[in-house]
Amino acid sequence: MTAAAQPILELRDVRTHFPVRTGFLVRRHAGAVKAVDGVSLALARGEVLGLVGESGCGKSTLARTITQLVPATGGAVILEGKNLTTGATAEIDAVRRDLQMVFQDPYASLNPRMTVFATIAEPLLVHKVCTPAGVTARVAELMTLVGLAPRFMQKYPHEFSGGQRQRIAIARALALNPKVIIADEPVSALDVSIQAQILNLLAQLVRTMGLSLVFIAHDLSVVKHISDRVAVMYLGKIVELGRAADVIGRPRHPYTRALISAIPMPDPDLERTRKRIVLPGEPPSPINPPRGCAFHPRCPHAQERCQVTTTPLEKLEPAREVACIRAGEIRQ
Amino acid sequence: MLLSVKDLRTYFHTRSGVYRAVDGVDFDLERGETLGIVGESGSGKSVTCHSLMGLVPQPPGRIEGGTAMFDGTDLLHCAPRRLRAIRGKRISMIFQDPMTSLNPYLRISEQLIEPLLIHEKITRKTALARALEMLEAVGINDAAKRIHHHPHEFSGGMRQRVMIAMALITKPEILIADEPTTALDVTVQAQILELVKKMQRDSGMAVIFITHDLGVVSGLCDRVQVMYAGRIVETAGTRTLFHHPKHPYTIGLQRSIPSLQEKGRALFTIKGLPPDISKDFPGCPFAERCEHAAPLCNKKHPELAPVSPAHSQACLRVQAGEI
Repeated sequence: MTAAAQPILELRDVRTHFPVRTGFLVRRHAGAVKAVDGVSLALARGEVLGLVGESGCGKSTLARTITQLVPATGGAVILEGKNLTTGATAEIDAVRRDLQMVFQDPYASLNPRMTVFATIAEPLLVHKVCTPAGVTARVAELMTLVGLAPRFMQKYPHEFSGGQRQRIAIARALALNPKVIIADEPVSALDVSIQAQILNLLAQLVRTMGLSLVFIAHDLSVVKHISDRVAVMYLGKIVELGRAADVIGRPRHPYTRALISAIPMPDPDLERTRKRIVLPGEPPSPINPPRGCAFHPRCPHAQERCQVTTTPLEKLEPAREVACIRAGEIRQ
Repeated sequence: MLLSVKDLRTYFHTRSGVYRAVDGVDFDLERGETLGIVGESGSGKSVTCHSLMGLVPQPPGRIEGGTAMFDGTDLLHCAPRRLRAIRGKRISMIFQDPMTSLNPYLRISEQLIEPLLIHEKITRKTALARALEMLEAVGINDAAKRIHHHPHEFSGGMRQRVMIAMALITKPEILIADEPTTALDVTVQAQILELVKKMQRDSGMAVIFITHDLGVVSGLCDRVQVMYAGRIVETAGTRTLFHHPKHPYTIGLQRSIPSLQEKGRALFTIKGLPPDISKDFPGCPFAERCEHAAPLCNKKHPELAPVSPAHSQACLRVQAGEI
């Protein structure tokens, strides 16, 4: 494999299980929440990978596992050839600056007692990438980059709107010139008109700075717009992976199909004439997932063998992987 | 005409100034009609409906003016007793977050029969039978057992079904739905929207559906009004609004939806932020963000004016035929 083709970030069978304990005095191990259960992915340089799924499917846990905020219980997270899950602490800290995160809620992810300057300067000082004298200039540069006027440097987060706060959070993530950014629902808390501004900013940063981006969202239309490839998660596993236009335009996994047909279209003629797949029930508990394919209790195409066989992600066509044993049989 | 709102103004008097949350809103609702109210956060869409239901905390809120005639009663100025007889009986409401709007201490059965016991002369037993029927109608499996559970034993989507059952148990003429699917996942949202449609078909009630999601509106509503900074800027039949929007804000809102745009291009954005509604602006509230703004827009307050019989909008330049 040549250096250019080598993925910048690779996940190999990543598992994040949280133990569930019962009992008050005598704590007993009563199973595990399998939030992320065997995810393998590769992110190319400069690529935007969209990660979609409903609440509880494990997409946020996966983001936190990648950034080592939650320890993986199995598998490997490999950033530029270095395994973050097993490496020595000092070694990981050095790589960590290459991997930054933007969180969903800009109201909660910024310290209300820190000025914008202090917030953006902190990573610069911690990692000693700037001399104290050069910090102000660098913070001003970062603020300009994300579309904030540097004269607001001494203001506090509460003086900014949601969209502006998200810009501050993005500036903080960019401070160390990372190679990969994990954005966990960065626009879900924002209004439509502000959402578009932040999406444009992210897309522009990816283009101009050569960043790789993992973009997590539950809104497929947002993901489609920004991503090169899309991964769909259900109950801790990836069920479909492929080019964004393909996955959303011609979904092959029954879950992806239902998810896409559930999105209300902002066009009354289309919306009223198309056929909607309404799934029965809600996603099952990740503590005790159904046997076989985890989606079979809600799947309109389920057969007996779906209750028995677990299907791994398999290549169905070039650049498309689907985890469904019936994927080849089901017609659009 | 079932409900007719004229010049509704609800202001909040706070230490940092007077916030004109709703500033002169007019609309009518016909029997059986579904009206969508669309706007971003802070546009006044929720306060409009809270005002009708007498749910605006006073102080700091105050209904500064206007009327809302419902079957000969002005909801804004009638005696609290009369409003109580209507609210929860003839007009019901469901809210965004079903966890905070159900009482966590009470069994679902108690909460479901409460409106019946208050509004109708009915025994507990018949009330419970009707509650069970209603719970089945909103699609809760095993309703006979589930009715005795507490809210925490239900998932988000199930709680929203319980809320809908509670709102519809008195067979209201109007259902006000304040972002009922915003907190839910898309597949569950699809279930709840189907349920609202079904219940409406069965009972013939009118629905006021508040949302920020233009996609939700397109499949559900007969008519849509778009709110901005406490005012209605455009109102039209759903198809007209989506295919022939006139007001620059409506056009901008529609153009900033990612799914309608070509991939790879920068998304269309409405520049800037919604205005500070504590300040008095003599002109159009959208003027400072509008790409078509002319000097007149900052001076003259635009009124809703008809474009065609069922389509009105409040942009001076469109009215003058300049755009």
